[in-house]
Parts: sequence; structure tokens; C-alpha cells
Amino acid sequence: MIGFRIGALVLAAGLFVSGAARGEAASDAAWQAVLDEAKGETVYFAAWGGSQNINDYIAWVGGEGKQRFDVTLNHVKLDDTASAVATVLAEKAAGKDMGGSIDLIWINGENFAAMQEQGLLSAGFATELPNWAYVDTQNPTVTVDFTLPTLGQESPWGGAKLVFFSDTARSGLVEAMPKSAGELLDWAKAHPGRFSYPAPPDFVGSSFLKQVLIETIADPEVLQAPVDEAGFEAVTKPLWDWLDAIQPVLWRSGRDHPQNYPAMKQLLADGELEIIFAFNPAEASSGIAAGELPDTVRSFTFPGGTLGNTHFVAIPYNSSSKSAAKVVANFLISPEAQLRKEDPRYWGDPTVLAMDKLPEDDRDAFAEIDRGIATLPPSQLGPVLAEPHPSWMTRIEAEWKRRYGG
Amino acid sequence: MTNQNTADGPQPADGLILRDVAIRLDGRRLLALDRRIAPGETLTVMGPSGSGKSTLFAFVAGFLDPAFSATGSVVLDGHELTHLAPRQRRLGLLFQDALLFPHMSVGENLLFALAPTLRGRRARRQAAERMLAKVGLEGMFDRDPATLSGGQAARVALARTLLAEPRALLLDEPFSRLDQTLRIATRKLVFARIRERGIPAILVTHDPADAEAAGGPVVVIGEAGGDGPADPRVRTGEAGAEGTAGEAGGEAAP
Amino acid sequence: MPTLVTWFVPALLALPVGVGLAGVVLPAFGYLPALGGETFSLDPFRQLLAVPGLAASALLSLASGLLTTAVSTIGVALFLAAFHGTAGDRLARRLLAPLLAVPHAAAAFGLAFLIAPSGLIFRLLAEPFGLTRPPDLLIIGDPLGLAMMAGLVAKEMPFLLLVAFAALPQADPVRRSRLAASLGYGRMAGFLLTVWPGVYRQIRLPVLAVAAYASGVVDVALILGPSLPAPLAVRLVAWMNDPDLSLRFMASAGALLQLAITGAVLLLWLIGERLVGLLRRRVAASGRRHGRDGTWRIAAGIPVALAGGAVFFGLAWLFVWSIAGFWAFPAILPPSVGLATWSRTLESAGGPLATTFLVAILSAGVALVLVVILLEARRRQFRASAGRAVRLTPAMAGLIYLPLIVPQIAFVFGLQVAVLSLGLTPSIPLLAAVHLVFVAPYVALALADPWYAVDPRYEQVAASLGHGALARLFRVRLPMATAAVLTAMAIGFATSVGQYLPTLLIGAGRLPTITTEAVALASGGNRRIIGAYALLQTLLPFLAFTLSATLPRLLLRGRGGMRRA
Repeated sequence: MIGFRIGALVLAAGLFVSGAARGEAASDAAWQAVLDEAKGETVYFAAWGGSQNINDYIAWVGGEGKQRFDVTLNHVKLDDTASAVATVLAEKAAGKDMGGSIDLIWINGENFAAMQEQGLLSAGFATELPNWAYVDTQNPTVTVDFTLPTLGQESPWGGAKLVFFSDTARSGLVEAMPKSAGELLDWAKAHPGRFSYPAPPDFVGSSFLKQVLIETIADPEVLQAPVDEAGFEAVTKPLWDWLDAIQPVLWRSGRDHPQNYPAMKQLLADGELEIIFAFNPAEASSGIAAGELPDTVRSFTFPGGTLGNTHFVAIPYNSSSKSAAKVVANFLISPEAQLRKEDPRYWGDPTVLAMDKLPEDDRDAFAEIDRGIATLPPSQLGPVLAEPHPSWMTRIEAEWKRRYGG
Repeated sequence: MTNQNTADGPQPADGLILRDVAIRLDGRRLLALDRRIAPGETLTVMGPSGSGKSTLFAFVAGFLDPAFSATGSVVLDGHELTHLAPRQRRLGLLFQDALLFPHMSVGENLLFALAPTLRGRRARRQAAERMLAKVGLEGMFDRDPATLSGGQAARVALARTLLAEPRALLLDEPFSRLDQTLRIATRKLVFARIRERGIPAILVTHDPADAEAAGGPVVVIGEAGGDGPADPRVRTGEAGAEGTAGEAGGEAAP
Repeated sequence: MPTLVTWFVPALLALPVGVGLAGVVLPAFGYLPALGGETFSLDPFRQLLAVPGLAASALLSLASGLLTTAVSTIGVALFLAAFHGTAGDRLARRLLAPLLAVPHAAAAFGLAFLIAPSGLIFRLLAEPFGLTRPPDLLIIGDPLGLAMMAGLVAKEMPFLLLVAFAALPQADPVRRSRLAASLGYGRMAGFLLTVWPGVYRQIRLPVLAVAAYASGVVDVALILGPSLPAPLAVRLVAWMNDPDLSLRFMASAGALLQLAITGAVLLLWLIGERLVGLLRRRVAASGRRHGRDGTWRIAAGIPVALAGGAVFFGLAWLFVWSIAGFWAFPAILPPSVGLATWSRTLESAGGPLATTFLVAILSAGVALVLVVILLEARRRQFRASAGRAVRLTPAMAGLIYLPLIVPQIAFVFGLQVAVLSLGLTPSIPLLAAVHLVFVAPYVALALADPWYAVDPRYEQVAASLGHGALARLFRVRLPMATAAVLTAMAIGFATSVGQYLPTLLIGAGRLPTITTEAVALASGGNRRIIGAYALLQTLLPFLAFTLSATLPRLLLRGRGGMRRA
């Protein structure tokens, strides 16, 4: 039953892709119409604003968009993507079905699930974008976001993979670092107070819980289907055992948790934490470049695989400049924009494009990116573990709150 | 609004008439008065604290607190004032404090009082300077009021009041803050100006020497004093704690 | 006509609060059709009560409201008792404006940078104690919320000090203190028994506003407060923003709980007032003079000095971070400095600064006009005259100060829905109008007493000189209240600059202000950027307070009589 469901989802996503490919010739004229309509429009792009690097990158996109397509891009800086979801929701609650305040939103996972479920998103558009031709559709996370088919309602923007960082000056060679959740527990016991994770529902913190869950669960396959409440306790028991075991040796004895990844980064720099983790493999290098991390920080990952996913941009159902939003989304997956994004001097976010689909020049340019001393090359990032169904995240966050949140 | 002080001399209608004035608080009569004050004459209203002197003053000037109810009328030179706004009554007020506007210079205080009908910067300034000279303060035009002595401030206040050409004066214990010598000099100056202008005046005071200097009729109100409960609403800005008057402070013959 | 106005203005200011509250009351009982809530039920409350750690969250909010207010009020009382009329008092008055200018979030960050295990204090201790890395101590975000309350006290104490300074002259401190001293009372005992009760009576409303604010604060709690569990208001924001939209119902029920907690804080405070009053009377009746209070006097200055010091050193420390390169523990100063952060920040901060300024000046200006209209209309009702003490009726005051007493978090979400249903698009006037709701009460608070303190006889004189109502207002009362008007404007301006939640929700992110930018960037945890933005956030209010302090001196040069005001 479960296997069938997954198969059906992937199939649905695949059908969507091939359907779009078929209409390629006809879509040239259609795209021209989109470009014409977009001229002079303004796109309000709701995106997390906590990183100056990313903000600068988005500003660059804005400059290019203005120059090439006469589209004005305004970055609506968020401290939490969920607040943009809440904005669209509030607009729907108020019956504002047109002229909404957000035109494009940086999103994935449970935020996407929530918007899709509530009908807050525009109809599928991603596969009709001309640059979709370059997208690495072999990567299942590009069309299936946390087990939910995107149905083209969000267009991929970048990849994410869980990687760990440690400061070699304090904790020794990176080769000696833990290689699985089990080893991490032993390491934490040997180094009390030197490890922690952000408290859920922080995205990175919740993702870490999922990593441990996938590693400790008897049958990871059940995670691809929605939570079965009856078996939840038994299935997740290894996770809670692991967390109970690590709780007393966590930073601050587990009585407090870092707020998010940036807070962990600061704690690593201060020497309070010795192992931290992020969803962007280039984070350590860009942290060093920004003077936020010591240049002795190095990356490592679990050979058995770590969680990976894709982040997207989506268009709310009540956007007032849908065409312009599509133009921006299309530019975001152009080889040029993706190249700049993967370059750690600007951002360092892994591309969603397939190298073999790119023109040779672009392929070479990607290969020549200087990823920085602390970044693992794509080949050493290890296998990708698929995201569980979003219901697991919600359920585990609630259970975590119940156990450790009061 | 014609000037009634013509060469024809006083008419029966001239002067300030308080006709059947009665002021009540919560239905209780505070005071009652029925007088005519002839041009150049000063009526002195005396009474202890809380007798309602200041209430009478407020009624005539047009500032009566709505908590009081008043009947009767105020007629000045044949014109009914009772229902006019304070600014239309053309009554000059002098309080125990000089109340010079602290944000204006001495001269600006005077110009503020001078009727706008006199035009031209120089003409206006000259009028103000002349008035300053009349009260013995030549050359004080640009002074900051805060630098004046008490007596000087009192004289500027008088000058300001007179410059507006009032048709009657209301004086609320204007000398009580001055020391003995200044008080005598200032009294002289004020009453001399009243007689010179031939306008009626009401002086509210509790100092018998004031009444003597004014030289006019005297009424005493609220002699019984304080057998009613103190009403906190009857408070005056300056004293802050004037209780209710006793029963019906009626008219008393001088 | 005056009657109409005296009700119209408060109603105008209270209306958004009412609308916002309605917007949470309905979902709290299960009704929000857009989310499929078609029938009324108590489920949201059941769901709320089942939330783990709810009791702890609620208690934290309650304790924060009471303790913050108590410590701030007592600190101000002790300081004035010990230092009124001394050099310390004059110093405090001078430093007050810059202290008030620091927005809550900036002050909280400054404090965090000082007291965190990796902060200045432990860096100074590192050398003597041989620390090579920060100690594993739970200081920021302690479960009892002490760091959060310290941060709140550091900001609220200067505010209460400001209103106390304004109220002091009416309590006749010099003569009463002298009288008490002549009876043999010690300086502090004399002040606390004879002057302070009169001061407190006047600053009661600001004190209650502090209590309400501290029980529902979000930004300071996010930066300094505990997270497991967080105070209720912080959790409300998380629920309101949760992608699981069904949480909106529970969040609305939580907003009502927040309202109840704030109500409880105010009620307990009023009971506490009674008890303290009883105590004071007993102490006074005992006749003990407490003549020797030299040591106490020094100790009494500690709370205010700590609060002021924390904010100042915190700001200085933020500045050092804003120019620091990589800066490891336990170095006391950064090994390298540069202006990279500032050049990047200034590049992107121009627009938000302009928006912040426009919205603040608009809302403070309109608030001033409205408050003046209200105060004047109320005076008209009194016929402006008989010298009776003019006051707003409790009902009017209640309406105006409603936005100070009702926690923001309880009604801004509802207000957002209302604004959207009216089809209003985010614009600077709209944002200024919403800020007005929060700005006007502070302007009224700052202006009412000095406005009514202008001797009404000045206007009687002006009227007797033939001047009409407008001339009296613009040529007599407004100029005489210049200092108070400018202070009120500055307070209103600073209040607008500090608004986060309403700006975010009503501006829909399209009108970024320096505060929304600061919070968004703060989520990135980069101390350099936090430092730069915290200073930028302080800049505009600082200019406003500086102007309000210097303008009267320039405008009224050579008018000695105005200096007392």
C-alpha cells in the first residue's frame, strides 16, 4: 500500500514533467506573452532576510530583472517564512483574493504543504518555465517536496544537504569526528556540554531530529507515508531513547537550545559548541569569509547518508503580478543565476540544475567554482536521505515539545 | 460697540450693572448681588476664603464653571454681557499674579494686548512704549518678564490690561503678592488709572486696606462661612482649596 | 460639540483595539470561516490547555509583568529618595534622553552581549580565572526569565524615571522634604513618606502600562527570555505564524488567555498598591525617623545605575561588534576591525530609515493634533476656567490608554484581518494610522499633565484682551507648553520607531522599517549586523530626543520664565 502510494506520487510528478516537455514548441509564444505581461510590473518576493549574503544575492537578481525584463523586484525580508504563509492566509481570510501583497515566496516542506493544502498557491507553472529544461529532474526532491508532489506549484531554487562542522583547532582532526548518529551520541557523552541542536520547530533543529529518526528507526520506509498514530510511539521509540540519552550531556544540560543555525554558528565561533550542522554545505566557508567563524572550521558528513532536500519559490494564489513572478522564477534557475548562487563568494548554495543538460561553457564554469577550504566537494557529500512525509515533522515536533518543551 | 465714555457725562445706563445676580451650586445659593457701579467707581467685594468672591469674579468675566448655575445679568454701559464670550466683553482682568506670558518679552506682552486696528510696526511699538512710560517702566520693552521684580511685573500687567482699552476692570486681589511699600504704590497707580479712564471696576479682596484705597462702596459676602460641607469641586486655580461658602452671602450695605 | 470631540478621539483610538480583539475572540471560539471554522465551540481552549508547558508560560508572563514593574518602580522611588536635588539627579536627567532613545530590542541585544557566557563580563573574568572558552552557564534564557526581566527593567526604569521627573514638581518635593527633615526624618524616609506618594499617584497609569507591556512583551523575550517554555506572548506569535493553520484557533484562545494574564497582573498590582499604602501608613505612624541613611542612600542608586550602565555599555559593546573582524573568546577587544559591515548596512538601510522617519513623524504629528484637540475639547467642557482641576474622565482615559493596557499580541492579528478585509493596501499613511494607535496614548500620557498645568488665567487674560480661541491656543498655550509638546512628540516618535509586530503585519513586509529589518537580520545571528542595526535603530529616536531637549532652549532663548517648565 505504502509502496504503491510513493510510486503513484513519483509517477504523477513524472507525468507532469513529460507533459510539459511535449508542449515545448508551442510554449515559445506563450512565454513571450508572459514576458510582455511582466513588463513594468513589481514582484514582492518574501524571503528569509537573515543573511546579508543572500540579501545581496537577491538584490543582484533584482538589478538583473530590472535591466533585462523591466521587472522590479522588492525583497520582503522575513525572519520566518511562516509569517508570509500567515500573511497570505490572513488575506484569504479577509477575502482578498486578488491584489495580494506577496507575489513570490521562498518556501519548502511544511510551509509548502500548508499552502498547498489551504489552496493558497497558484496553479502549476514551474514546468512551463523555459529554464526548466536545465533542471536536474533525476533528483526526486525537485518534484517531490517532503513526499508531496509539487505539481509544478513551486519552482526549485537550490539544494540543501545536512552537513556537520567542527573547529579543528579545538576538537582535533575532522576525520576523528562521529560518522553516525550513534557515534555522535558517544562523542557527546565524552564531551559534555559541547553539542546541541536548535529547538524545534526551527527548521534545522527539526531536520536534525529527522536525521536521527531515519538512522535509528527499524524500517525507514514507513516515513514516506503519513504518520500512523497507532504505531507512532513504538516506531519512534529509538529516536526518543537517543534524545533521552543525549539530553543530560547537551550544551546547558539541555535546559536551553540554540535558537537556530546562526546561533549555533556563533556558539561554535565562541568555543561553546564543538560540533554544529547546517543545511548548506558551503556555510562553513562563507562563515569564515565573513569573519564569523575561525578559519580552522572544517565540514564532515555521515557516510551512511544525511538528509537532503530542495528549496523552492512559489506564487501565492492572489498575487497581483503572476507573470512577473514567473519571469523572476525562470531567471532564478538560469545557469547564470545558479552559477552565481553556488559560488561561495556570493552565497554557496548548491544548484538544482543537471550538469549534463547544460551547455559546455556553463558546465565548465560550475566546475571551476572555488568552493573554499571548509566545503566538501559534491562528490564527498555522501548519499541523500529522503525527507519523511511532512506529517512526521509536525508530529515529532509536537512530541518533542511534550517531552522537552515544558 | 461704541465708546460710551463721551463728553456727555455719566448716563444712568453707564457703568457696570449686576442685576439680580445669584449664583448657586447644587441648588444652594452661594451669593446674591444687585448693584450698579458707576464709571470711575470701584466696588470692593470682601469676604473670607471660600465665600464665593472668585466665583463672582468668574461669572462677570465669563469663566464660570458649569458646575455653578447663575441667574441675573451683567450689563455694561447699556450692553448686556451675560451671554457674550469672554473675549467680547472687553473687561480688563488683573490677578494676584502678574501672569505675564513667559514666552514673550515685555513688549510682546503689550503688543499682544493692543487692538489690531492700530496698524504699522512702528506705531504699535510706540503705543506700547508710551504705555510703559505711563507705568514708569521706560525702556523695558525688550526685557524678559522673568527678570522683572514683583512690582515691575504688576505694573506691566496693568499696562497690558489698559492697552486693550477695557470698558471695565475686574481685580482679583491684585496686590496681595506685593510687599507693603510696593502694595501702596501699585494700589495708587491702579486706582488713579481707573479714575482717569472713568471706567467701573470690581475689586475682590480680603484686605480692608484695599477697600479703603479703592474708596468706593464695599459689599461683604459669605460672612457666615463654612457651615456646609466642603465641596472639592469649588477650587480656584490660585488658592487650590477654597471651600464652599456658607448660606446665602447676601448683599450688605457699606 | 466639545462633548462629541472628547468621545470621538478616544473612540477613534480604541476602535482598532476593539476590532482587533473581535478578530481573535471569534476564532478563539472556533469561528473563522476562511479556515473552515463554521461553528462555535470550546475546542480551541481545550487544545490550548493541553499544550505542554502552558502553565509555566503563563506564570512566566505573570511574573514578568509583576516583577519588572515592581523592581522598576521601587528602583525609581529609591533613586529619587536618595538623590533628588543632587548632582546624581541632574546627571540622571541629562542621560535620560539617550537612554529612552534606545529601542527595546537594541537594549536587549546590548544586555545579552554583556552578560552572556561569551560576553564582556566573562571575557574580563577569563584571564584571572583561566577560562579558555565560555563557561557552560544558562544565563541568557534562564528558565525563570531573570535575564529577560533584567532587560525589561533596564528599559522601563528610565521611562518611569522620565514620568516621575515630570510629576515631581506637583508633589512640592523641596518644601515637603525640608519639612520632613526639620522634623528629624532622614532624607530617604522623608521623601518616601511625604513626596513619593504624591508622585506615584500621578505616574500610576504609566506604571500600569509598564506592567501590561512586561506581561505581553515579545521582542525582549525572544532575545533574552527562556525558550523551554517561552513566555506566553512569544508562543502566541509562533502559533499565529505556524504553517499549520489550524493552530490559529488555539492561538486566538491563547490571545484571550494573554489578555486574562495581563488583567491578572494589573489586578494583583492594584492589590499590591493597597498593601504598600497600608505599610507606608504604619511606618509613618510609628514616628521612626530613620535619620542615618548614608549607606542606604548609596545602595539606593544601584538599580538605576545598573540599568543605565547596562544600556550604555551594551550599546558601546554593540558598536565594537559592528566593526569587529573574527573575534574569539576570550579576547576583550577584537583583533581586527573594519567598516565592511557598516558599508553594507548603510547601503541597504537608506530606504528603511526613510520609511521609519516618515511613518514616525506622521504618526507622532497626527497624534499630537488629536491629543491637543482632545485635551482642549475637554477643557472647553470645563469652560476652561474656574480653576477646577481638569481631568479626563476614567472612561475616556480608559479608551485612550487601551492600546497600552491590552497586549499588542492580543489584537494586532485580528486588526490585520480587518485591514485586509477593507481592501486597504499597505502604504505609509496606513502604517502611520496603525502606529497612531500605539503612539497617541504615549503622547497623551506625556502631554496631559503639563498641558493642564498651564495656569488657565493666562488664557483668561488673553480672552479679556479680545483674543479668540485659536489665538489663545497658538499664541498662549502651545508656546507655553513648548517643552512638553516637543517631549511628547519625541516619545511618540520613538514609540513609532520601535513598533515591530504591527509594522510587519500591516506593512505586509512591503514597508520595511529599520526595526523590521533589524529583527529580520537579527534572525541571522550575525553579531556585527545586529550591532550595526541596533545602533541605526537608536539613531532616529536619539535625534528626536536631542532635538526636543535643545529646540526649546533655542526657540525660547532669553525667556527665563520658560526654563522652569
